[in-house]
Formats: sequence, C-alpha cells, structure tokens
Amino acid sequence: MIPFDFEYYKPQTITDTIKLYHDLDLMGRKPIYYGGGTEFISMARMHNVYSEAVIDIKGIPELNIHEMKDNELIIGAAVTLTQIAELNLFPLLSLTVKRIADHTIQDKLTIGGNIAGTIIYRESVLPLMVADSDIVIAKKDAVDRLPLKDVFNKRMNLEKGDLICQIIIKKEYLNLPSIHVKRTKVEKIDYPLITMVALEKDKKIRTAFSGLGGYPFRSSKFEQLLNSNKSNKDTKIKDAINSLQSFITDDLHGSSEYKKFMLHNMLYEALENFEEGNK
Amino acid sequence: MIKFSGKTVLNLNINGENLDVVVKPSDTLLYTLRNELGLTGAKPGCENGDCGSCTVLIDDWPIKSCLMLTVEAKDKKITTIEGLKNAPIQKAFVENFAFQCGYCTSGFLMVCNSLALHKPKANNHTIQEWLQSNICRCTGYEEIQSAIKSIINNEI
Amino acid sequence: MNINSQIGVSTPRKESWDKVTGRVKYNGDIIPTGTLHGKILTSVYSHAEILSINTSKAEISSGVQGVVTSAQIPILTGPLIEDRPPLAKDKVRYFGEPIAIVVANTEEEAERAVRLIEVNYKPLPVINSINDAIKPDASLVHDSLGTYTCDADDIFPKAHTNIVDEINIRKGDMDIGFSESDIIFESTFKLPQSDHIAMETRNVKAEILPSGKVVIYTSTQAPSSVQKDLSKAFSIPESDIAVKVPLVGGGFGGKSNTFLEYLAFIASKAVNGKMVKISNTREQDIMSAPSKIEVEATLKIGATKDGMIKALRSRYYVNCGAYSDSGPRMARAIASECSGPYNIENIYCDSLAVYTNHPYVTAYRGFGHLSLTFCIERMLDKLAKKLDIDPLELRIRNGISPKDLSPTQAKIKPSNIGNLSKCIDRLKELIHWDEGSIVKMANGNIRAKGVSCFWKTSSSPIDASSAVILTLTSSGEINLNCSVVEIGPGTKTALAQILAEKMGMDVNKIHVKLEVDTETAPIHWKTVASMSVFMAGNAIINAAEDLMTQIRHIGSKVLDCSPADLDISNQRVYLKDNPNIFIDFKDIVHGYKDPLGFAFGKQIIGHGTYFMKDLTIMNKETGMGYVGVSWSVGAQAVEIEYDPLEFSYRLINAATVIDAGKVINPKSARSVIMGGMSMGLGLSTREEFIFDDDGMIENSSLRTYKVMRFGEQPEYIVDFIETPQGDGPFGARGMGEHGILGMPAAFANAISSATEEEFDYIPITPESIWKVKTGGKYDTF
Repeated sequence: MIPFDFEYYKPQTITDTIKLYHDLDLMGRKPIYYGGGTEFISMARMHNVYSEAVIDIKGIPELNIHEMKDNELIIGAAVTLTQIAELNLFPLLSLTVKRIADHTIQDKLTIGGNIAGTIIYRESVLPLMVADSDIVIAKKDAVDRLPLKDVFNKRMNLEKGDLICQIIIKKEYLNLPSIHVKRTKVEKIDYPLITMVALEKDKKIRTAFSGLGGYPFRSSKFEQLLNSNKSNKDTKIKDAINSLQSFITDDLHGSSEYKKFMLHNMLYEALENFEEGNK
Repeated sequence: MIKFSGKTVLNLNINGENLDVVVKPSDTLLYTLRNELGLTGAKPGCENGDCGSCTVLIDDWPIKSCLMLTVEAKDKKITTIEGLKNAPIQKAFVENFAFQCGYCTSGFLMVCNSLALHKPKANNHTIQEWLQSNICRCTGYEEIQSAIKSIINNEI
Repeated sequence: MNINSQIGVSTPRKESWDKVTGRVKYNGDIIPTGTLHGKILTSVYSHAEILSINTSKAEISSGVQGVVTSAQIPILTGPLIEDRPPLAKDKVRYFGEPIAIVVANTEEEAERAVRLIEVNYKPLPVINSINDAIKPDASLVHDSLGTYTCDADDIFPKAHTNIVDEINIRKGDMDIGFSESDIIFESTFKLPQSDHIAMETRNVKAEILPSGKVVIYTSTQAPSSVQKDLSKAFSIPESDIAVKVPLVGGGFGGKSNTFLEYLAFIASKAVNGKMVKISNTREQDIMSAPSKIEVEATLKIGATKDGMIKALRSRYYVNCGAYSDSGPRMARAIASECSGPYNIENIYCDSLAVYTNHPYVTAYRGFGHLSLTFCIERMLDKLAKKLDIDPLELRIRNGISPKDLSPTQAKIKPSNIGNLSKCIDRLKELIHWDEGSIVKMANGNIRAKGVSCFWKTSSSPIDASSAVILTLTSSGEINLNCSVVEIGPGTKTALAQILAEKMGMDVNKIHVKLEVDTETAPIHWKTVASMSVFMAGNAIINAAEDLMTQIRHIGSKVLDCSPADLDISNQRVYLKDNPNIFIDFKDIVHGYKDPLGFAFGKQIIGHGTYFMKDLTIMNKETGMGYVGVSWSVGAQAVEIEYDPLEFSYRLINAATVIDAGKVINPKSARSVIMGGMSMGLGLSTREEFIFDDDGMIENSSLRTYKVMRFGEQPEYIVDFIETPQGDGPFGARGMGEHGILGMPAAFANAISSATEEEFDYIPITPESIWKVKTGGKYDTF
C-alpha cells in the first residue's frame, strides 16, 4: 500500500519525457522516473520516497531496444533483468543480473533502475564497468553518449531530470574470458557480502566489486597490483587487497576482515581460472 | 501519452476476461485484485517483494503483484491463481502434499505454472532459481520440489 | 461390511482443492464493504518515558474517524501476569511497541494520519540483554512488578527486579551425584531471539453490534482464549463475544495468545462499534507482535567413566522481552524437561524468566523444548567425545525408560512414552551411522554427521479440555464440528480420519467444519502443544461412541433386536450374526418412518469431550508435579559437508525418527516433521534478531530476516516408530512441533565435529566458523 497519491504518466518519446519531467518539476510535483518500480513501491510504502508525478519510462521505444547494431550491444534502460538473462548477448552481464534479488523480481527490475537505484549494491553496473561501456543519457537539451566511467562514480551522477536511455557495450567485450562470483552471508537470495566480476582483456584482468564498501567500484590501483608480474598469487592478491584497506567496511552481512578473507579466495580462484583458460 | 490521475475506470484483461475496475495510480496490482476484484488468491505476505505470496502472471511471466502498479497492467494479460483451471501443477501439489497452511501456495503455483510453460525441460538449477523467489514456512520444500518435478520433463 | 482402515492412510487434506485454486478464505481475504481501517503507531525507542502524545493533527486528517491512545483504555493484559497495556502507557518498553491507533476510511488515510501523531519521549537506559537484566543495579523494565495481578497461582514475580519468575527443580542430591562422577564439566549456551514468520501476518476485524454483541474475526490458534481474554480485559460477558476464525496461514505458536484482538476491539469501540480491520505489516509482525524466546544457559554435568550421567546442574535464563506473556511457562517447560530424554537421578535446575527491552515473546514451536534440547544434546556430544564413547551409544545407555522419574519426578510408564532406543536404532540404519560420523572426501571437504535426541510433553494448563459435536446429514454422512483451528498441519483431516475409523466408514463421508465459530463450536483449549489430535481425537472417539449408542438404540427398534446384537460400519447398522439384515444411517438418523406409516426415534446428535487427566502444578521448592500426559521421543541427525578452506558448509541430509504412537496420515505427518526440521535448520544457520546498541531490531523485514528457501533444504529422511500411547486416539501421540526440536543440536554437533571446535550457539554462519578457526583476522591468513 502506497500511502500517498500521485499522477501517472507514460510518455512515448524521449523528448516528451524530458519536457514532462521539467514541467512537472517546475510545478513542484517532485516527479520521478519509474522503470520496474520495485524500489519505488517498496520505499514508498515505508515513506522513504515521495512523488506526486510518476513518469513510467517503459513506453519509450529507445529504452526498450535490446539488440546488436554496428558491432555494439545496445540495451535500453527499461529492459528487464530477465530479458537480459534470456537473450544472453553478454554472458557476464547475464550471470550478474541472474543473481540480483530473485527470479520473479528480475522479471520486473530494469537495468536502468538497478544502475540508478538507491539501494547501494547496483550489481548490474559491475560488468558494464569492466567492459568500458558507454551510457546514453537524455538531458534537457541533448542526448549524449558518454563513457560510463565519466558518469558513474559511486553512483550515477546525473543532473535533475536526466534520463538513462541506453547502455552500449562494444562487441569485442561481450565474449572475453570472464568470471562472476557472488557471495552472501548465508542465503542465496540476499544482498551481496561481495559480488565480483572479472574480465580478461589484453592479458590484463579487470575487476569490479559490490558489497565490499558503500558502492560499486573499479580501482585502477587494485588492478595494477593484481596484474603485477609477481609470481606468487597470494602476495599479489594481498597487495591488491591492502590497497582497499580503508574502503572495505563492516555491515550486517559480514565484518570487513571476513570480507577480505572471502575476497582473497575469490581472487585466487579467479586468477587460477584465467590462467587455466590461457593454457 | 497515457496519463492517469485520481480515480479512473481501467479495463484489464484478467484470467481471459476484460474487466472494468476503478483504480488510482498509486494502487498496487495486489490491492486491485484483492480489494476491487475479490481475487484474493494472491496474498499479501510482506508487500516488499520478498516472499512471493502475491505472485501473478503478467503476459505469462511471474510478477510480484505487490510491486506493480495496477496502471502498469493496462494492455497486459493478467493471470491469477483463480485463472488456473486444472493445471497439472495444481494436481501435483495436492498429490505431493506440497502445502500445509496454503497461504504461500497461490504464489508458488503461479511460478511453477510459468516455469512449466517457458522451460518445460528445466533442470534442477533452473527450478531452484525460479522457486527461490517464494517462501514457504510450513513444508520442508521437498514436497514442492516433488510436485514441480512431477510435471517437468527433467532431463538432468 | 468391512471397510479398509481410514488411519495410517495419506488422505489429502479436506481443503486441498480449495487451497490450490486460491479459493480458501483466510481472515484477511474477507473485507466487507464499509470496513474501516486501523493503523498502529509504534515506538521508535526500546525504553523511554512517554512525556506527551499529541494526536490533534491526526484527528483532523482526511478520512480519520478516530484516534485511540492508552488514555482511553487504562487496562493491563497478559495470560499469566497482567503486565501489558495493549497501547503503551506512560512508557514504552520495546522498539515497535504499539502506542496509538488511527481509524480511518481507508488504509492509506490511516497510514497518513499515523505519521501525524507527535510523541515526546525521554529515553531511559536500555536493558538490551539477559546480562543487563540480571545485574544487581539493573534499571527496571517494570517498576510495578510485584503489584501486577497474576492469573495463575504458580507464578512468582520478584518485585524490584527484572525477574518474572523462577522455577526450581530439586531431584536427588547434587553432592552425591557429582561425587559418583568420574568426569565433570560445564558449558554455556546461547540461542537468540527470533520470529515465527507465519506467512499470513496477524490480522483482525472487530465490530460491536448495537445489541452489545462483540464480533471478532481473527487469525488465531486460540479462539476460546480470545473470547475469555477480551471478556476479562473489557468486562464484557463472554457470551456477548463471538470469535470467528477461518483457515489460518500458519501459526507456530505465534497466534496462540491475544494480541491484535485487543487493539481491534479498542479501535472499533472508538468508532461506535463499526467494523475495523487491523492488519500487521510484515515489519510490525516481526517487531511489534510477540516472537520467540532468547535463552542463555549454563549446564554442569557429571558422569561415570562408562558414560552413565550421575548429575546435572543447570541454570537457564529465558528472555521474555518487555512483557511476560507465555515466557514464564516456557521457562517452566525447560525446567521440567531439562534432562532431555535421559534418566538422571540427581538434577538441580533453576530456570529464570527475565524482562528486557526487547520485543516480548510468546509460544513458539517446541515451547522451550528446542532450547533445552540444544543444551543437553550438546553436553551429551561433549561427554561422548571426552569419554570416547559413540554418541548414540551414550544416548542409549542413558535413555529414559518406564519406571524412571522425570525431572519433576513424574513416573514414566510404558503407556505414556515412546521408545527412544527403537528410534535411535532406526536412525542409525537410516543415516548409515556405522559408516562413520566423519568422512574426509577426495576434494578435501569433510562430511560430518551430528545427532540429537529429543522429548517433549504438552506443558499445558492442568484443566485443558476439548469437545466435539457430531450431526448427521439426511444422507447419513457426518458433520464434525470442533474448535480446533486448521493452521496448516492437516489436523482437521486427521480428526476426520479418526472419526471415520471409529465409525467404520469412508473418510469422504465425514464433513469437517474447517472454520471455527465460538458461537456454535464447543471449546477446545488452543490449537497448540501438538495436542489437538490427541485431545480432540479422544473427544471424537467419545462422541462416536455416543453416536453409535444412539444408532444402535434406534436400530434395535427397527430391526427388532437388542442393541448389543448390532454392529455399525459403512453408514449402516446391522446384525452381527447376519450383516445382510441392516438399516442405513440415512433412514434412522433423523427419526425413522416405517413402511406402515408410523414414525419414531429422533434426530441423532453425538457429542464427546476430553479433559486432561491427572496433571498437577509443580511444587514451588522441588518442581515435583505432572506437567503432561505423554512424552513424544525421537532421534534426529544432520549431515553436513564442510569446506575447511572456505569454512563454509552445505546441508546434505537431515533425518528424524519419532515415536508417534500411531501415524494417522503418513504424508501429512512426514510433511509436518519436515516443516519442523526446515524451521530448525533455519534457526541453526541464519534466523536471529539482530539488535543494535539501543535495542532496535536491525533486520525487521523478510529482506533482512532470513529463512530457509527452496533448494537450500537437505535430503530429508523421516521415519516413524509406533509404540501406542495408552490413552491416545488409536495410540497417537503429539508430533506437530517435534521436527524442529533436535535440529539445532544435531547441526551444531555436526559442525563441531567437522571443525573440531565447540559451537555452543546458533546460528552458526560460515563467518562465525571462520572467526573461531582463524581468530577473525585476515592478516593471519
């Protein structure tokens, strides 16, 4: 039960949507973009979000695109996690989204919503980070295609009214050797203790994490240490983990020390798997 | 552009019938089904998307109706437990004693039914993925597992 | 004329098809037009003085019909000690405690208005643990303890402390016991507070009719208690209160006392008796409504070299949370059963129920027995290890048997207890015990089996009773009406089977009234304690005999013979010597009309009752007394696979062998046992309330409070031994709760042997194992 009333809009074009948002905002209606709505509804019930105008973005064709075009995979922001998993054009992303929330929720949760959500884990951004993805954002005056790394820093850094339209991943990244590991406290259906994705490109391992600290991240320092030419895996991993000392935090899912222990094992296994793959 | 504001009459396709129902934009589908249409098979268990008791099918895919606005269901095909007519999974649940109190049963049945439709040869892993969306507090889950396996052509 | 036996048969639940079609109605499914909605404001502090409550903004909020605070209802409630105001008065004692109710036209309006109530608090020191509660200078959760009305004679609150009750067991002589022991050791155990998580949250509708009649529609395990409690709290004659209960979406003890019903009544009263619905959100059901006890215990055990236990000294603390409810009774159950199913001559036990600023507690599956089982069964495993005796052999050696005395010095008789050693023997076969309890696998993992036995008795009030009424249809089928609530285990189907068996007829011709209405159904104590089949089943047997006497009587008139010449089965009464001479029920049960045009006889109605026999309250000094009519015993095992590199584990197998006396419905019985095991494994691995420093629960939704999910279950192995209970219906004994009892102990025993550490608490997570094994520092890796 949502304890407040709002108007519901479902525009059909990006232009209309952006204009609508700004018009409603000017009227003080606290508009909000609505994708799958799973986070909005559960937060609304608890009085943690308020809006008088909900703009459902699922009617916009560009946001529903899910195809290969010109050697790029284009995923509209309104595409659901289940659709991504079923079509499976980017296996690392499929594996990742299949472990977000639960299967039924995946039928509703959109990738745009997961990336831009309030809940800190935003696991679907991890494969996009290691795959140098671009993100298409509709702004007040223009639609821009930007490297994800320029707009995602801890969270999406959007201006009011900006709309995530699409995610674009170059074909060359789609089938590189990759690993997804999600560890939870106990139960499979849970927020991550640690979610890790790793991808090997040009003989370098790229990694991105969620759950270790307050937001998803990819660290060049970390990757540098992990890819160093030291022969002892444990040493490399320890060096890398030590570079994250202050970032890894205690939470309900586990202590920071335990997370480091788990991370060590996950990385060790990942390095072995990549090595195995290169033989 | 579609716009709903205040109370509106919406025509919804539910269990093969087109039904007019009064909704306001903030109504969840769970609320509309139960309070406006008397379709109380979908149950509130958490209203937070965690337990699955409210699961219905939207265009044949399972959806937690507590996390869907009724207005989103416009032009979609809604199937609730009341719309299952002699589905094999219902009989399988009875025969395998796959419920006790029955409160979670509608939700489990909808997930099972959709699974059987989309993945008639689902392996154990897939069955688990789908059915982990729901919580049953009475059984040991083994009974539900036996029921779903009895209607899935499980090759692995 | 004989019909196949109707018991020992897996008859599907009577309501099966109504459940799989979504047509079954639970309480919340029926919302009459015009029903108003109540929403509860709950405390944001776990201990604070209420300086003021301002409801004026809420009162003028749109759609609001009424706002209620404790000012309008200066009453105290509680099944044992009247210590709980239904709405917090003067102070709040736990986070989530109800403070005020808003009644409005819609749920949204009520919810909006609730947020407009302003409460001024003055925080007080928080009693956040058992340890906090028993400190000599502890601040008091209840200043007035000692002046509260007690509804039972055998409860002894200690004024000016946080101790609600203390139960003592004094059996034998500890000095002798320990002096006869070759080995003596002590351990401390901890089981956290957690929740029932019935899938249907508690919800109630109440209305007060102009005639004065109060009608309560509720999801409860105890319709008769709700009637009694409301009568007492609000001084309304019981006969003016009707309680109506449809099917219930799970209870597990959590719906066995009156809680939300008080609030719904108060809310209805505030709006001139209009119907008001109050339904807990999941978060409120976890935080505001009563939950499961927390237990801390220290046990000291003494045994001879060959493993004979000579002495047991134990001290239990039961955390009741902010109000006593049934907490002291669980402390009592723990004391009275503290030996587990073992014969120990010298036992001292002190069991203390204490208040804290946590959510208050109520009955939970096992009624304290799972806590005592955890402690004693961990002790037995430790003893076995210290003495190098096979853990199951040790249990067999010490197993309680007829002629022994329970801790309350009740006589164990062949007719009132199951056969523990048979259970253990069967368990051994089923889990391949002889192949070893620890196996190292090729991949470096370790397979470990842990075992536990259990026992449980009813721990009921001494005057618990049950009754049933049987009426007949014109086709000669039987309607069965009683106040047992169908909360899930298929109790009402089992009762139909008992009646069918007794009457020698097809169970499909027995029609059980699934819903309960206190206006028409006779009283049944409560649907709790695994006693419903036992109590109502016995009442049914009496009722069937009553019915058959009447049928034989009219049959003898029609067939012109003596009633003693007649037998009954297949809905007909016939001559023993010549079954071809008979008359069908349908022709006689509503009176007989003979072919010549005469009519005689009358409508036949059967009734039967059951009353607990020979129970006594426990002696204050020694604990002597009879606390239950029978003991169900069993043996359980959990097999895990432990990964010593990751410190993680998987559940592989879980087994239960229980002496059920007689299994009425095998598939239902198996499912109920598995369900209990599943809950027990949930407790073992993940379930607990996590409190912050201020006593606030940090995991109050199903997102964060974790339960077992599909696919996480082990392979279940369930089997039954059938040693008939002398006074049970067809020999049946209670078994509804029991699957849960030994799971945490068996699991902890398995983890302890796999890790070669001692785990004396639950839940045991991979991180907790890692901490024990490594010291909890990454750098030491």
